[in-house]
Amino acid sequence: MSGSHGTTINVTLKVWRQAGADAPGAFETYQQAISTDASFLEMLDLLNEELNAAGQEPIAFESDCREGICGTCGVMINGRAHGPQKATATCQLHMREFRDGDEIVIEPFRAAGFPVIRDLAIDRSPLDAIIEAGGYISVNTGAASDANLTPIPKVAADQAFDAAACIGCGACVAACPNSAAQLFTSAKIGHLGLLPQGQAERWSRTEAMVETMEDFFGSCTNHGECTEACPKEISLDFIALMNRDYMKAKVKNRALTGQR
Amino acid sequence: MSILDSKVPEGAMADKWENHKFSMKLVNPNNKRKFDIIVVGTGLAGASAAATLGELGYRVKAFTFHDSPRRAHSIAAQGGINAAKNYTNDGDSVHRLFYDTVKGGDYRSREANVHRLAEVSVNIIDQATAQGVPFARDYGGLLDNRSFGGAQVSRTFYARGQTGQQLLIGAYSALMRQVAAGTVELHTRAELLDVVKKDGRACGIVTRDLLSGEVTPHSAHAVVLATGGYSNVYFLSTNAMMCNVTAAWRAHKQGAFFANPCYTQIHPTCIPVSDDFQSKLTLMSESLRNDGRIWVPSAFDDARSAADIPEDDRDYYLERKYPAFGNLVPRDVASRNAKTVCDEGHGIGPLKNGVYLDFAAAIARNGLDTISEKYGNLFDMYHRITGENPYEQPMRIYPAIHYTMGGLWVDYHLMTTVPGLYSIGEANFSDHGANRLGASALMQGLADGYFVLPYTIGDDLAGQLGNAVVPTDDPVFTAAVSGIEDETHRWLSINGTRSVDQFHRQLGRIVWDRIGMARDRAGLEKAVTEISGLREEFHSDVRVLGSADTLNQSLEKAGRVADFFELAELMARDALEREESCGGHFRKEHQTSEGEAQRDDENFAHVAAWEWNGEGTPQTRHREELTFETVALSQRSYK
Repeated sequence: MSGSHGTTINVTLKVWRQAGADAPGAFETYQQAISTDASFLEMLDLLNEELNAAGQEPIAFESDCREGICGTCGVMINGRAHGPQKATATCQLHMREFRDGDEIVIEPFRAAGFPVIRDLAIDRSPLDAIIEAGGYISVNTGAASDANLTPIPKVAADQAFDAAACIGCGACVAACPNSAAQLFTSAKIGHLGLLPQGQAERWSRTEAMVETMEDFFGSCTNHGECTEACPKEISLDFIALMNRDYMKAKVKNRALTGQR
Repeated sequence: MSILDSKVPEGAMADKWENHKFSMKLVNPNNKRKFDIIVVGTGLAGASAAATLGELGYRVKAFTFHDSPRRAHSIAAQGGINAAKNYTNDGDSVHRLFYDTVKGGDYRSREANVHRLAEVSVNIIDQATAQGVPFARDYGGLLDNRSFGGAQVSRTFYARGQTGQQLLIGAYSALMRQVAAGTVELHTRAELLDVVKKDGRACGIVTRDLLSGEVTPHSAHAVVLATGGYSNVYFLSTNAMMCNVTAAWRAHKQGAFFANPCYTQIHPTCIPVSDDFQSKLTLMSESLRNDGRIWVPSAFDDARSAADIPEDDRDYYLERKYPAFGNLVPRDVASRNAKTVCDEGHGIGPLKNGVYLDFAAAIARNGLDTISEKYGNLFDMYHRITGENPYEQPMRIYPAIHYTMGGLWVDYHLMTTVPGLYSIGEANFSDHGANRLGASALMQGLADGYFVLPYTIGDDLAGQLGNAVVPTDDPVFTAAVSGIEDETHRWLSINGTRSVDQFHRQLGRIVWDRIGMARDRAGLEKAVTEISGLREEFHSDVRVLGSADTLNQSLEKAGRVADFFELAELMARDALEREESCGGHFRKEHQTSEGEAQRDDENFAHVAAWEWNGEGTPQTRHREELTFETVALSQRSYK
C-alpha cells in the first residue's frame, strides 16, 4: 500500500537557455531518467548535477519554499504556466504526472512585464510596484484598536481570504494571451476591499493600483486563462469586482462622501 | 565576572518592560530623520521592523536577497500565532503564556525577554487585524482560536493553514507603504556578505547584487539582522532552499557572540524522506495532532497495510505514555518518541522511517466535511507530494529539522555583543530556550519587529546624535569589499570535481546523524573530525562554474555552505560542552529512567555564547547565567 516506491521514467527535456537579459536564447535538449516520486524541480536539480559534472553551467531557475506558498518558482511546462496539474505550483508538481517517453518543453514565464534574467529566471518586480501603489491599509504600528472591536461576518472574511491566498507567482500574467495582471491586482484589491478595515482607502487604492498595473501589463479580455493557471484558484469574480470598483472610483465625487 | 551583560531591567517581572520603556532615552521626532538604519531580511521580523522604523521617521534601508520582500520563509508557517488575548475565557493570561513558554523552553530562556514577548503578543493580533490579515472567524464575526502544540488553553490565532503567509503579507504591505512614502529604501536580490565595524561599532554592511555580481558597501548608524535560522545546515530540512546562516555567521566573525548553536528543533510531523534525490522536507502542520492519532504497529516489521491492522495490534504510543497530553505533547517529546519506535523496528512505509497520523476516528466523529474544512489544504498538499490520499489512509510522518532556537546572542535591547548591531526574530537566541512551542515563532518575529526593537534601538541611537555615518569610501569598507571580491574569485578558481550541493548533502548527513535528535559524546567528537575533514575537501575540490557577473546560483550557495561548515563544527562543540539534556538538545548520557531529557540545573542553567577568535582558533565559550525569579524550575512532565 503506502508509498509504493516510484518507478523510473525517461523523459526528453527541451529547456530554454539564455545567458542573460540581452543575449539570444534557444532550446537545449536533454535526456533525463527520473523516479516518478521526484518533484519536477528535483528533476531539474538532478539535471543540474549532471551538467555540472560534465563541465556545463547549470540551468538557472528560481524556487525557495518548495511548498507552493512563497511564489518564487514558476516555469512554462508544455506551454502551461506551472504545468499540467490544476491548483499546483511548479514546485509541488511531481513526476508521477508524466509518462515514460514524454517530451517536456520548459520555458520561462513569458510576458513583456517579466523580462528574462537568465535561462528560466525572470524579473517580476512590477508586481511589487502594484502593491507599492496602494496594496495596503494605512495603519501605523501601535495605532490599532482591539482586534475584536469590529466583527467581520465570516462570509466576508472567508471571501477576503480567498483573494488573499494569492502567492504573487505571476502565473496569471504568463498564462494570459495579453500578459495582463488583472487577476493578481484584483486579488489584492478584493482582499482589502471586502474588509471593513479597507473601506477608508477603497477608491484611491483601486485607482492607483489599476493605473500602475496598466504601466506594465496588457489589458484583460476575459479569456479566463489566469484563473486556470492560478495555483490558488483565485476566482475571476475578483476581476469583475475590481472593474466595478474602478468605475466607481472614477465617477464618484469622493470628497463629497468623505473618502479618498 | 561575565562579559555578557543582559541589561535586564530591575523590578518585578510584570513591571520590567513597562518601567523600562519609560527609562529608555528617546530620539525626538525631528531627529529621527537624521539616523540611517539598515535592516537585513524581510521576513516577519525584518519587514515589521523596517516598516515600523520607517513610520517612526527613521531613514531605513531594507535588504532582501529574494526578488521580492514577500518571499521570506516566514511565509511557509502554517499553524498559527499565539497571543494572550483570553478571548476564549479559558483561563489564559500574559502570565500563563509567559509561564508556558519558559517551561516549554525547558528553562533555558531569559525570563524577562519571554515576559515581554507575552505582554506584546496581544498587540500583534490587533495590529495584524487592522492591516487586513484575514484570521479565522466564527459565525458571530469574531476571531476564532484553537489550542496548539502542547498548550492547554486555546490561544492560537490562525488563518486556515496559511497563517505565516497572511501575517507576512501584512508586514510586507506595511513595508511597501513605507517604500511608497520614501522612508524605506528597498534593495532586492542583495545578499549580505559582511558586516563592517569602525572603532568597535557596527557602521554598515557589504552586499553582493545577485544579478550583476556587484559588491557594494552601505553605511548606517545601526544594523539590524533579521535573517532567520540555520536549519539548512542539515541540508534536508523544512526550511526554504535559500535559508542560510551567512549573515549571522559573518556577524559572528566580526565579534557577535553566537549563542546555544546546539539548540535545534526537530518538528514531529513532516513527510518522511522518500529517496536520495530529495531536495527538502515538507512539514505538515502540528495542528493536525489536534485530531489525528499517532500510532505504529505493535509488532516489529509488520508488513500489513494500515487498514488491515486491527486496533489491538496498534500502539498509540503517545496516548499510552502521556495520558494527560496524549498526541499534544511538545515537539521535542513527540519527535524523540517517534525516533524511538522507529529505531526499535516499528517504523512504517517503504523505508520503515515513519509513524502513522490517522484521521479515521476524527472523520467518523466529526464528518468528512469538518475535517476537510479544517485541514483540506494540508491533506491536498500531502496527496500531491506522496500520491497517497490521507482521507482514505493514514498519513505517514517523521520528525524533521524545522527551527533553530540558537542564534546571535542579544541583550534585553536585542543588541548583539557588537555595539550598534542588532538581531531579531529567529536569527537571535533569546526567547525559546532549548525548545520552541508551536505558534510562537510568528509571535516572536513580529514582537521583535513591531513592538520591541523600534523602542530599544532609540536608546542607543540617542547617544549617536550628531555623529555622521562612516563614509563608504572609508578604508573599513574598501577592505571589506575587496575581501568579498577575493572570496568570489576564489570559489570560481578552485575548479574541483564535486558540486556545492554534493558537499552540502554530505555535511547534512553528518549533522543529522551526529547532532540530530539524540547525541552522545563519541558521536559528537566524531562529528568534529568528520566536519573539518570534509570542509578541507570542500575548499579544495568544489566545482563552481560560470562567472561572477551574472546570476550564478552555484556561486551563491558556495559561500553559504562554507559558513554552514564552520557553524556545524561549533554546533558539535556546543553540544559536547552541554553535559545535560534539555529541550531539543538530547544527550543520551543524560536521561531519566523513563527516557526523558534530564537537565542539570546546577551546572547548566546558563546560555552558552561563543566568541570568534579568528580563523583556525577555536571559539571561546562564555556564560550568561539564567536566574529564574518567577518560574520555579521543575522536571517537565506531560504524563
